[in-house]
Amino acid sequence: MNLLEIKNLHAKVDNREILKGLNLSIRSGELHSIMGPNGSGKSTLAQVLARRESYEITQGEVLFNGKDLLAMKPEEAACEGLFLAFQYPVEIPGITNAYFLRSALNAVRKYRGEDEMDAMDFLPLLREKSKLLQMDEKLMNRSVNEAFSGGEKKRNEILQMAVLAPRLAILDETDSGLDIDALRIVAAGVNAMRGPDRAFLVVTHYQRLLNYIVPDRVHVLVDGKIVRSGGPELALELESTGYGVPEPAARGGAQAAR
Amino acid sequence: MIASAEQLQPYLESFAAFAKSAPGRDLAWLRSLREEAFARFCEMGFPTTRAEDWRFTSVSAIAQTRFRLPRRGAASVSAETLAACQVPGAACRLVFIDGSFISHLSDSGKLPESVRVANLAAEIESHPRELEPHLGRYLNIQRDAFASLNTAFLEDGAYIRIRPGAALAAPIHLLFLSTGGSEPLASHPRNLIVAEAGSEITVIEEYASLAPGVALCNTATEIVAGDNAVVTHYMIEREDVQSFNVSTLRIQQGQDANVASHSILAGGAIVRNNVHPVLAGQGGECLINGLFIGSGRQHLDNYMLVEHASPHCGSRQFYNGILDQHAHGVFHGRIIVHKDAQKTDAKQTNRNLLLSDDAQVDTKPQLEIYADDVKCTHGATIGQIEENALFYLRSRGIDEASARRLLLLAFASECVERMKEGPARTYAEQFIHGRLFATTRAARESAASAAVAAAASANGEERG
Repeated sequence: MNLLEIKNLHAKVDNREILKGLNLSIRSGELHSIMGPNGSGKSTLAQVLARRESYEITQGEVLFNGKDLLAMKPEEAACEGLFLAFQYPVEIPGITNAYFLRSALNAVRKYRGEDEMDAMDFLPLLREKSKLLQMDEKLMNRSVNEAFSGGEKKRNEILQMAVLAPRLAILDETDSGLDIDALRIVAAGVNAMRGPDRAFLVVTHYQRLLNYIVPDRVHVLVDGKIVRSGGPELALELESTGYGVPEPAARGGAQAAR
Repeated sequence: MIASAEQLQPYLESFAAFAKSAPGRDLAWLRSLREEAFARFCEMGFPTTRAEDWRFTSVSAIAQTRFRLPRRGAASVSAETLAACQVPGAACRLVFIDGSFISHLSDSGKLPESVRVANLAAEIESHPRELEPHLGRYLNIQRDAFASLNTAFLEDGAYIRIRPGAALAAPIHLLFLSTGGSEPLASHPRNLIVAEAGSEITVIEEYASLAPGVALCNTATEIVAGDNAVVTHYMIEREDVQSFNVSTLRIQQGQDANVASHSILAGGAIVRNNVHPVLAGQGGECLINGLFIGSGRQHLDNYMLVEHASPHCGSRQFYNGILDQHAHGVFHGRIIVHKDAQKTDAKQTNRNLLLSDDAQVDTKPQLEIYADDVKCTHGATIGQIEENALFYLRSRGIDEASARRLLLLAFASECVERMKEGPARTYAEQFIHGRLFATTRAARESAASAAVAAAASANGEERG
């Protein structure tokens, strides 16, 4: 059985259709990458899967682990094991990172019928994962993402993923804006989590990330549909030839020239 | 404006009776203080929304209610109620019911000799000379009818005095309980806190109801902070949602005195919270910190009047409001910098979260600056729970109600973090958490019932 099964997905925002019949299947243990020009619907797909309510689903079906994902609230999808690393992580002044992470982990554990973790049990876990992402422990006692650098925010997303240990992790342009050192750390964090019980959907604009995180499958998303799929070699080809289709007119042609 | 005779009649009767039996009725200074205050109240009457200071708050519900002064010792209170309002680590607790001190419910604790804590009614009889230089000397009875009414009926409350250089780390807890019930009672608690030079003290004033019902609690507190004294004051308003609470905190600060006022308003139908510090000595510092949380049809009005009367003083005002359903909040931040108060540094911030389309807040800065070398800043924001933040929390598995609560706690924590760590802060924080938990739960229930109602009406339409 596929862990994620997307069939003919259509989604709208502000009455504009963004996803126009998208199909995708991901098996547990696999890492898929979705590439595509700006405005092709990559982030919309990520947000729809994480159950952001501002998107209207007009057609199609998504099964996550055999269950109807589109009927789930964001928190239910998360508790079922779906994780989205945000392109733009949100700052939340007044809640410490550590408290936020423990609240999230306990919400997920409670849903699964596991005991909640107290602060004493949680701290060693948080330390271990922070080390993996080379995050300063001081960041744990600061407000969530507040005054974090761009790289710290992205590493914080991967740290959350490591703590919550999801079945399916969606990374939405986690590589954007990262320097090479931060990119290596993030990639190492992802690679350390790869395994037969987990799948990844890595949304990226740049091939560079895929030098460090080697995908099983690469898909090209253009204008709300997957137009090509292939192995890791497809990413390299795209890097040299571009997406081979014109950009949506409104977005300009700068990227298409690449 | 001259008050209507009809409105005044019950007050005239009450005052005549009160003047005959009040503690210290034979003290000339106290008698004239009360009489002058009552005369001024009769001249002014209750304020209307035509008065600039009351533009956003109508007290006609208070003016039109016939309140009675409570009978002494009429009420009783259960041990459970008292246990629910217990500040762990407090030095002592004075309990007042409908404004009167209840000795057997109070716990005088073990106070050092340098700290005197007593009830005002007894102190008026036993040590009037100690009170005379301070009592009624600071509160302005000329411009505020509630302050004059309080002074006219000045009878009981707390008297706290700490000797020069002494420090009491544990807070003093003053608990004012309204009995509520069917007959509207008015009480006028009056507190006097004298912190002598170089002393340090923390006082918690808490107002709660024993039962639902209409009541007026019109309270006034004068704080005298001597040179270099450090005073921390907490006001916790958690009365029944039918009751009226008007409080005035008048702070007189000496040279280098450092005063913090923390107000948490969560109860009451109409609440007016006046905080009026006068930085009278050089180098004084004043923090005015508050959080108001309203739901239902609560009306919570915060009137700040910060007077800089000496050079090199700093004042910081921070008020955060959280308003749900039909609640109405007001923040009026007035700063007066007198002619000689050069190098004043005054800051004012009011931030508000509106949780429903029907909630409302009026925020008004008012700066009057008569000195030329000063720094005054003010700012106000009105916003909603940020949808991005809510989605972020939910996407990590936290359910919507908990996510909303977390965001409210985060907003409230700005206020909590300005309180110095200790038993008073812990108590205040727990109270805030409890109140916000109730807010998010109520919101969820009302959303659920609205959904049910919508479904029911939709069904009705189908049938029709």
